[in-house]
Amino acid sequence: MERIGIFKQIVSNPYEYARNWKEKTGGKVIGNFCSYTPEEVITAAGALPFRILGSGATISKANAFLQAYSCSLVRGALEDSLEGRLNFLDGTVFPHTCDSIQRLSDIWRMNTNYAFHADLIMPVKLDTESAEQYMTSVIRKFRKDLETGFGIRINDEMLQKAIQTSNQVRASLAKLYEIRKNSPEKIKSSELHAVFKASMVMDRNQLADALRELITFIENQKVAKKPDSKRIVLTGGLCSMPDIYDVIESSNGAVVWDDFCTGSRYFEGRIIEEGDLEKNIAQRYINRIVCPAKHSGIYARGNYLLEKIRENHADGVIFVFLKFCDPHSFDYPYMKEMLEKEGIPSMLFEIEEQASSGGQLQTRCEAFMEML
Amino acid sequence: MTLTEKIKDPEKEKRKIKSDKKMRDLMTAYYIEAKTPKEQTGKKIAWITSGGPVEPLQVMDIIPVYPENYGAMIGASKMGVELCEKAEQMGYSSDLCSYARADIACATVNGGPIGGLPEPDMLICCNNICGTVLKWYEVQARYYKVPLFILDTPICHTEYNPDMKRYVTTQIQEYIDFLEKICGKRFDYDRMTEVGKLSIQGQRLWQEILDTTMNRPAPMTCFDAFFHLAMIVTLRGTKTAVDFYESLLAEMKERIAQGIGMLPQEKYRLVWDNLPVWYRLRWLSNKFASHSACLVADTYTSGWCSSMQYLDENDFLGSLAEMYTRIFLNTGTDIMADNIVKMVEKYEADGVVFHSNRSCKPYSLGQYDIQRIIQEKIGIPTLMIEADMSDERNFSESQIETRIDAFIEMLK
Ligand code: SF4
Ligand code: SF4
Repeated sequence: MERIGIFKQIVSNPYEYARNWKEKTGGKVIGNFCSYTPEEVITAAGALPFRILGSGATISKANAFLQAYSCSLVRGALEDSLEGRLNFLDGTVFPHTCDSIQRLSDIWRMNTNYAFHADLIMPVKLDTESAEQYMTSVIRKFRKDLETGFGIRINDEMLQKAIQTSNQVRASLAKLYEIRKNSPEKIKSSELHAVFKASMVMDRNQLADALRELITFIENQKVAKKPDSKRIVLTGGLCSMPDIYDVIESSNGAVVWDDFCTGSRYFEGRIIEEGDLEKNIAQRYINRIVCPAKHSGIYARGNYLLEKIRENHADGVIFVFLKFCDPHSFDYPYMKEMLEKEGIPSMLFEIEEQASSGGQLQTRCEAFMEML
Repeated sequence: MTLTEKIKDPEKEKRKIKSDKKMRDLMTAYYIEAKTPKEQTGKKIAWITSGGPVEPLQVMDIIPVYPENYGAMIGASKMGVELCEKAEQMGYSSDLCSYARADIACATVNGGPIGGLPEPDMLICCNNICGTVLKWYEVQARYYKVPLFILDTPICHTEYNPDMKRYVTTQIQEYIDFLEKICGKRFDYDRMTEVGKLSIQGQRLWQEILDTTMNRPAPMTCFDAFFHLAMIVTLRGTKTAVDFYESLLAEMKERIAQGIGMLPQEKYRLVWDNLPVWYRLRWLSNKFASHSACLVADTYTSGWCSSMQYLDENDFLGSLAEMYTRIFLNTGTDIMADNIVKMVEKYEADGVVFHSNRSCKPYSLGQYDIQRIIQEKIGIPTLMIEADMSDERNFSESQIETRIDAFIEMLK
């Protein structure tokens, strides 16, 4: 599909995209690691927020800095950085999430040479008033740090405009999920994932337009209805991994929802566009479903999963996350148990290295779909 | 029993730390009280993380219980593997912290050292040591269905800023409110002042005890510190800890006066980084001793007084936030490196032994950088041992032995 082509192209080489963007616009590129990065502030500064997912290249240099028991995202990102593949970056932002990212930030700060480095030590519990206030202050400080770091001023108008853009982008991405849910023949999950991956690195203004065009196009196209397939909800972390969507679709499955930070969590929640803008950004994070490295009650993620299964009439759940990922590994047993109580089948796929996981996944996925 | 076993080697006897027995008795008494049915003691039980603020619990007459200390007991009694495997059957990945795995599994079985921990009435989780404890305590909050209080201490990579201060200070008040609600009684602020004084005294004494190893020969090693640490962790803020550490310190001073070292011969002085390898303490201690290498200091046991400088004796409660937020594990890798460099200088060490601990990512990731920093700044040999503090499956004796031997060669 032509309209998806631009997204796919970016995904095939996001680093090249960023380099070209920089050359064309003369703007700054700010790398970041997670959906708790308030992208709006970066966009408001005229810079490009660039989500680092790692290129999946073989690890060699990073081995001198990180033990083998850290996840492939952390190791892969450092490898790319040490190899100079990220030399288009003007800075990096590390929102505090897991212990591995926390130490990666230190190692990164000590061994790489980007002009700007920010640790956004967001609160870990998100269900109290003091945490919300603190989060707001972290975002305010980040805005100031960007201003000093790059010698610019971000006024309220700029921030407001960035928030509007990101709200538009989020609304469009949500719309795409809606379309896939109701008419899966109109957009494949692997295509949708490409759109998401591109969205996290693309110039956000251009992205907003491209998404609008894509939606109009998809809505108007006539495609034959597909035979029914098994409806799957994905849960876990898609920080960096092989294309599981193709695998699921070729095993007669259809992804109907996920709780990935590179999926639904990226678009869920709208930021209020008037008033105290930093507070509004914080509020979106507070209200949105948490990442497992954050706390918002002890059943938050399990309940969310059940809710989404019901809403989307799912047949089964696939847990998928990286080996050595503590937050996800800790949540898995209780979430699986909650599913069992409801009689919902699930399978776990733990990914070690990006490259080597494909074949295994195919076999297990097919078996799981048969079982459903 | 043969005759030779009954006659004690006077040389060895002389070097034994006499306070060991007292320590054991006190810890036993502590666990007996904790395990006495609540109807008899009338006291509530809180499970708390090792870096959590225990002092307010003392004020409220709540008995603090430490799953991490229990994890160490599990490791030392070589029950780690069995319990970790049990956790893995429950669905927990073998890559998770072995304290967490062992404790989670232990809660569901009838067993473990001292027959298991007494059930908690509340859970107090302070994330100044890691993100693991947050997830671990969530698991236990679901299992025991008791209230969970999270003290969220933002990591200070490079700074402790006013926003953090405000946030943590507010939470200390929330913590007190939480305790008042659960206990149904007011918080006694005067008593807090007293407990605070005892806590500071205990920490000072502990630091003084650790500092006695600046002497040559060192009157104790870090293996002894690993053992005597339990007191500052579990009974911080009590008179018991202060009294015991006073006598332990006196014993150390006496040993120094008499020239008694822990090792028959002390040729090399080393610093240890990271948690102990609980199930191989004896083996490691003998191994180093056989080379006349004395582990004079470590980053782990000194962790419980690593942020004493931020405590204000006259405003304990007010300074609690900063002291608990700025413990060394909650700072940047470069600050942790500085800490080791200072230790090497202070204790005049000849080398550093790093335990790359699979279980503990916040402590271990970054060690390669620290190793390089030490080599650049002081140019002394360092050794990296790959292991795990409680899960024996990650310990390869022959490999570690070879590496230790080679390392000692470098010291010569
Ligand atoms: S995959 Fe897990 S361990 Fe790795 S960076 Fe993400 S949250 Fe952290
Ligand atoms: S060993 Fe490390 S990961 Fe485990 S509880 Fe202690 S600080 Fe946390």
